[in-house]
Amino acid sequence: MPELKRTLSHLCLVSVLMLTACAGQTKPDETLYQRLGGLQGVTTIVDNLLYELGSNEKLIGFFAETDIDRFRSKLIEQLCQVSDGGCEYTGDSMAQAHSTMSLDQSHFDSLVNDLIAAMDAAGTPVTAQNDLLSRLVPMYDEVMHPQRYLETDSPS
Amino acid sequence: MVKPMLCFLSLLCLGSAALAESTSKILGTSALSQLEGASGGGIVPWATIGGYGSEGEWGAAASISGVQVDDFILDTGTVLVGVNNRLELSYAQQTLQVEELASGPFDAVIQQQVYGLKVRAFGHLIYERWPQVSVGLQQKYNQNPNIAKDVLGADSDQGTDVYVSASKLWLHALGGRNVLVNATARYTNANQIGLLGFGNADGSDYQLVAEGSAALFLNPHWAVGGEYRQKPDRLSSVDESAWWDAFVAWFPNPRIAVVAAYVDLGTVALWDEQRGGYVSIQITN
Ligand code: HEM
Repeated sequence: MPELKRTLSHLCLVSVLMLTACAGQTKPDETLYQRLGGLQGVTTIVDNLLYELGSNEKLIGFFAETDIDRFRSKLIEQLCQVSDGGCEYTGDSMAQAHSTMSLDQSHFDSLVNDLIAAMDAAGTPVTAQNDLLSRLVPMYDEVMHPQRYLETDSPS
Repeated sequence: MVKPMLCFLSLLCLGSAALAESTSKILGTSALSQLEGASGGGIVPWATIGGYGSEGEWGAAASISGVQVDDFILDTGTVLVGVNNRLELSYAQQTLQVEELASGPFDAVIQQQVYGLKVRAFGHLIYERWPQVSVGLQQKYNQNPNIAKDVLGADSDQGTDVYVSASKLWLHALGGRNVLVNATARYTNANQIGLLGFGNADGSDYQLVAEGSAALFLNPHWAVGGEYRQKPDRLSSVDESAWWDAFVAWFPNPRIAVVAAYVDLGTVALWDEQRGGYVSIQITN
């Protein structure tokens, strides 16, 4: 019985710690786009990301031939779309865009680090950062294994 | 024990500055160094591969930690290397010191060495739908067989733990924060993680035990959480109970992590209600 009591008190402690996280809840009707700071906020995040990439020796090589203006505007559009900002993404599919790169996990990790740094520099709140990352991470498989998607996507 | 480890840590710290640019994993995903040297929480090994080396990279970590409960102190020094975010090799040196007055039939000191191996089988902590799943081994050598075998009746002074861990970090999971959940199943014949030997009078007596951890990242630098580690209770001479902890972890940057915890080790050998504090510092390259 004392074992059980102790177990319960531990569980309580853990759940109290967990509950403290719920304190900073956001207004329910606010979109992620708004929490990212709207068009201005998303633009700042993308510009900061380009700045980070510019000094990322691991990744910079991939962008050697890239039309940066296009990349910038497509990425802004995409972040706006996934954050419910009402934009329509008009760029290539994630499989098409990354089809020739054969990226590995370290490239993906490195880009996520740069994106986090970009959001930090833009003053993006942590919960909005997590929310955006959680919406981008499902694209991992398509970015990393584009061949799987191009085969099934290609019109026969 | 602690002093040479501290020197070693500071050496590593200096060395790590030189190697700093070569690792890519996300802050916090090296995890911490658990008591037996594996990447994990404080007392539970996770499916994480230690260090910040991602695919095509390697990472290393070293830690020192101390547990102080009512009747004894456990100091641990660990080193590990993680390769390709796939393979982890680790080593831990544990020193259990019984408080003089409480020592009874024991020597004042019990030491143990643990060699660890962990392989990530499949999945990814963050990116994939499935949790990251790893399989690990911990080969343990108790240096004081007279206590384990002669006094307590353990079968052996060495043993091998085998475990499977599944870990997943859910982004934006609770109040907009990230949550890490880990479950570990361990097949072991260790008494008090091996500090009191392995098996009992009836032989090796392996058993399957469950371990779990949950942590909430308040932001990328601060996490709070709790852990549970089920323990076998197979020595007839002394009792053994489950371990618990509640921890706060701080990841100021990818070079260093600091953890402080409240631990409840329950009954250990002759002493019950062993509660107290745990502190650990980890340096990463
Ligand atoms: C979830 C993760 C990712 C997302 C959401 C993403 C998004 C995008 C978008 C929207 C474009 C523009 C497509 C277009 O021009 O139509 C693009 C292109 C590009 N991405 Fe990614 N990307 C991701 C991961 C990565 C990673 C890990 C790398 C590694 C270096 C990378 C490198 C590139 C490069 C080099 C281009 C330009 C391709 C070209 O020159 O046409 N991306 N990405």
